[in-house]
Amino acid sequence: MSYHAGDYDVIVIGAGHAGCEAALAAARMGCETLLLTINLDMVAFMPCNPSVGGPAKGHVVREIDALGGEMGRNIDKTFIQMRMLNTGKGPAVHALRAQADKFLYQHTMKETIEKQERLTLRQGMAEELIVEDGACRGVITKTGAEYRAKAVVLTTGTYLRGKVIMGELMYESGPNNQQPSVKLSENLRSLGLELVRFKTGTPPRVHQDTIDFSKTEIQPGDDKPKYFSFETEYSDLANQQIPCWLTYTSEETHKIINDNLHRAPMFSGAIEGTGPRYCPSIEDKIVRFADKPKHQIFLEPEGRNTKEYYVQGLSTSMPEDVQLRILRSIPGLEKVEMMRTGYAIEYDAVVPTQLWPSLETKLIPYLFTAGQINGTSGYEEAAGQGIMAGINAARKVKGEEPVIIDRSAGYIGVMIDDLVTKGTNEPYRLLTSRAEYRLLLRHDNADLRLTPLGYEIGLIPEERYRKFLDKKNRVEAEIARLRETKFKPDEEVQAMLASLESAPLQNTVDGVTLLRRPELSYADLEKLSPSPVELTEDMKEQVEIQIKYTGYIEKQLQQVEKLSKMEKKRIPEDIDYGIIHGLATEAKQKLDKVRPLSIGQASRISGVTPADLSILLVHLEHYNRVTAAARG
Amino acid sequence: MTEDTIAAVATALGEGSIAVVRVSGPEAVERIAPLFRSKTDLREAKTHTVNYGWIVDPADGAVVDEVLVTVMKGPRSFTAEDVVEISTHGGIVAVQSVLELVLRSGVRMAEPGEFTKRAFLNGRIDLAQAEAVIDLIRSKSNRAFQVARRQSEGALSKKIVPLRRQLIELLAHVEVNIDYPEHDVAEMTASAITETCGKVLEAVRGLLKTAAEGKILREGIVTAIVGRPNAGKSSLLNALAQDNKAIVTDIPGTTRDIVEESVSLSGIPLRLLDTAGIRETSDVVERIGVERSRGALNEADLILLVLNHNEPLHEDERRLLEELEGRPVIVVVNKIDLPGRLELDEVRSRFEAERIVEISAKEGTGIEALERAVSKLFFGGSIESEDLTYVSNARHISLLHGAAKSLQDAMGAAEEGIPIDLIQIDIAAAWEQLGEIVGDSVGESLLDQIFSQFCLGK
Repeated sequence: MSYHAGDYDVIVIGAGHAGCEAALAAARMGCETLLLTINLDMVAFMPCNPSVGGPAKGHVVREIDALGGEMGRNIDKTFIQMRMLNTGKGPAVHALRAQADKFLYQHTMKETIEKQERLTLRQGMAEELIVEDGACRGVITKTGAEYRAKAVVLTTGTYLRGKVIMGELMYESGPNNQQPSVKLSENLRSLGLELVRFKTGTPPRVHQDTIDFSKTEIQPGDDKPKYFSFETEYSDLANQQIPCWLTYTSEETHKIINDNLHRAPMFSGAIEGTGPRYCPSIEDKIVRFADKPKHQIFLEPEGRNTKEYYVQGLSTSMPEDVQLRILRSIPGLEKVEMMRTGYAIEYDAVVPTQLWPSLETKLIPYLFTAGQINGTSGYEEAAGQGIMAGINAARKVKGEEPVIIDRSAGYIGVMIDDLVTKGTNEPYRLLTSRAEYRLLLRHDNADLRLTPLGYEIGLIPEERYRKFLDKKNRVEAEIARLRETKFKPDEEVQAMLASLESAPLQNTVDGVTLLRRPELSYADLEKLSPSPVELTEDMKEQVEIQIKYTGYIEKQLQQVEKLSKMEKKRIPEDIDYGIIHGLATEAKQKLDKVRPLSIGQASRISGVTPADLSILLVHLEHYNRVTAAARG
Repeated sequence: MTEDTIAAVATALGEGSIAVVRVSGPEAVERIAPLFRSKTDLREAKTHTVNYGWIVDPADGAVVDEVLVTVMKGPRSFTAEDVVEISTHGGIVAVQSVLELVLRSGVRMAEPGEFTKRAFLNGRIDLAQAEAVIDLIRSKSNRAFQVARRQSEGALSKKIVPLRRQLIELLAHVEVNIDYPEHDVAEMTASAITETCGKVLEAVRGLLKTAAEGKILREGIVTAIVGRPNAGKSSLLNALAQDNKAIVTDIPGTTRDIVEESVSLSGIPLRLLDTAGIRETSDVVERIGVERSRGALNEADLILLVLNHNEPLHEDERRLLEELEGRPVIVVVNKIDLPGRLELDEVRSRFEAERIVEISAKEGTGIEALERAVSKLFFGGSIESEDLTYVSNARHISLLHGAAKSLQDAMGAAEEGIPIDLIQIDIAAAWEQLGEIVGDSVGESLLDQIFSQFCLGK
């Protein structure tokens, strides 16, 4: 028996990192939104590592923030350590990484959601989608509540037919012993969606008081940390940071693992799901890289008010007794108490080539999916898709065109394009090397790339936008000023150059030319010629980066420009590839499956050759001319 | 819609005629003008005029060829874009050198059928022709694909593959440093980058030098000479070689221990497969026989089937005749100076008259007829007349130049202390350009390399 439980514009199923962003975005864009979760205590839960950010992932958090999302603000309020990685490398790959107080992170996000206007948070297990006339119109829960909506976003994480595996032990479960979602998975399959089985894993957790930190190396945070959100200017937490610790596996560790491989489900065949290469279990690492004498193990606190430590580097699905022996073979952990056992988890995911770039399913209009259900891995990847699915569900409800972020405008765009165009045969993780325009997709310029869009779609409030424009204008004005400012080879200038071991000036040059010298920074130039208007550190950094790397930036911009005509050349959604004369059979099948929206997207499908693209172009031209002629 | 500028050889291969390099696109005039020495500056040349002058290498001013250059401004041109056509002397060397210079000046090699495609997209070709345009693109692409596949097993590819290997290992290392900054993988240093790039650069320069000497890159129509041991294959080979005093190359084959030789047949370079096999003494030939020829058959653009006029058809030969139907075959009936015992009617029932040539290798008669038949076969329409093998060589040379430049940029940047993620851009560019020569595409393979080279994980 079911009962009518309410009407909404958008329903989001699942309140993990994707679901939270999706629900907040939809509600903030004016939609009456319902956020359903199996367990209200698990909102924005971090079932694996207690950290946010890093290369590419941190970039995504900045992008989410630039669009008006929550993850950046939330981690800024709840971090226990902040560290900028890759500072010795170029500005494009500087990457912020935070250790989170995972409990505070959850509670803070839950509070934000609870306070959000037009957003209802409710506990309930979604079991069946309501599909009418082919379109998704709501959901029915285990308790018979029938929620109706104009659009539904599915963010089920690793819950779909979840199965936990530890050695010989195997049981149906979501992450961290939560209830798995079995019926919904069956429902999706019966609706015709193609599902795949993926696998991921998590390491054991240990008690702080049983760790001998003297045998480990300290890994502190930055003294003057940067923040994820463009809105965070200062935090008291900067002075209350907690370190992580580094140790290594030992010879003994490797021996224990090798002696117990027959009990490892990875090798006994018990695991059918595909795991990620970039996140292998310790047994996998030791088998595949037998020559490597030791592996890094980071000990990371799970929060301020807990003694639990996460053992990064030791993801495993070995039996519990073996896990304990492995832990105790590691320097510093000889007497460790294990609080939670590591495990592998298998789950169902949707084959992501079934989605439009808006994250709406092609099969069932008004149904969107985001996060791990789309075959990705990682909180940030999930949140990045979540915000886009929320935005596009809201826009669809309002009868507006979907928003699609270009590959040259954000890692979010790279990720979604990869997923819907190429699919993935393992849990997908973002890496900076997946972006072809890495230099354009910097940590520092996420606001320049995406905040105008966030404002346009209604997620960035007026006041924040004005502040953003002010920053942009000041940066541009300062670059223009430096271009006009002349530096003569006088005593002051030559002395400064000498002090920086930079060659003396021969002629008068402008400030831009001078700043391009690798030895000089904006701070040096500022001493000779300070800006007449006040600039924040962020603005100065922006001026410096934009001037110093102009050559490389221009090169990438030209490539973007060159390819943009391919991206702009649209393909009708209802095109019939079967009737296109001359198209290779493989290309026909692939194109028909992916149904790319532009020639640019089509060019990224493996198996579609340049000749196929040419033929497609000729066909489209033919089609357009015929249609034009028919219209008279 | 702004397009880039493309170039290709628009005429068939062959000596004695004129060859045309066609350039089309918004920058056609601008790119070609610096290569053209004449009393008219091409930028000021009127549309639809023919201009006399020389193509020179702008790097050193060396004259490459005496040419006529036609300028046709869009939309009154074949593609409706600005078109420049450079008419060079025929023959491989001149046209290849000109094309190579054009490509090095920043013009892209046209894809198969691209001029026609542009003509269609720009409305110069009637709507009714859409299907014909598609067929043209498809057939040219198929042919290009076959050529590319063959080249991917060629001598040049074999030299490129290990260079790319070095670069991808370097790239994977750089990427790991970027994406896994806290991992215990040593940081890539400027000196390590300079060292690897330097080694690869040296090798690329070596290839360019050999290319300039015409030793590696000048490949011709891959030709197999097949027939029974006593049919006269080796005397045909000698006749061909004698006729062209210079044997152009002598490349020890890398995969199959077969020696290849090139001869020029009225300006058409033939790359003869398995000439060693043919030249070996007859008893050895008996042993190797048809089996060995069969391998050559599958690779060949052109098959010369040699039959003995003086003997009846052997069972092997009947089988060959049957197997070779539909292939680019010329039947060479040798020893016509001796009495005829061959069942010529049977041969004629399978092959058209123009595909059957009667010669006497011993007396040197009929070689001209053979030349005509080859020429007809390749330029008469039954095989794609555009020889992509040699055209793509110019492309290879320009790609090698591009890779060399990227490697130099990377080394320069490393020296200046530019961050590795920026140097990576140039290293990746070099890797991609070398990849275009061997036909590999970029993408997932770098990720594969990263995860197989390094142990990563959380």
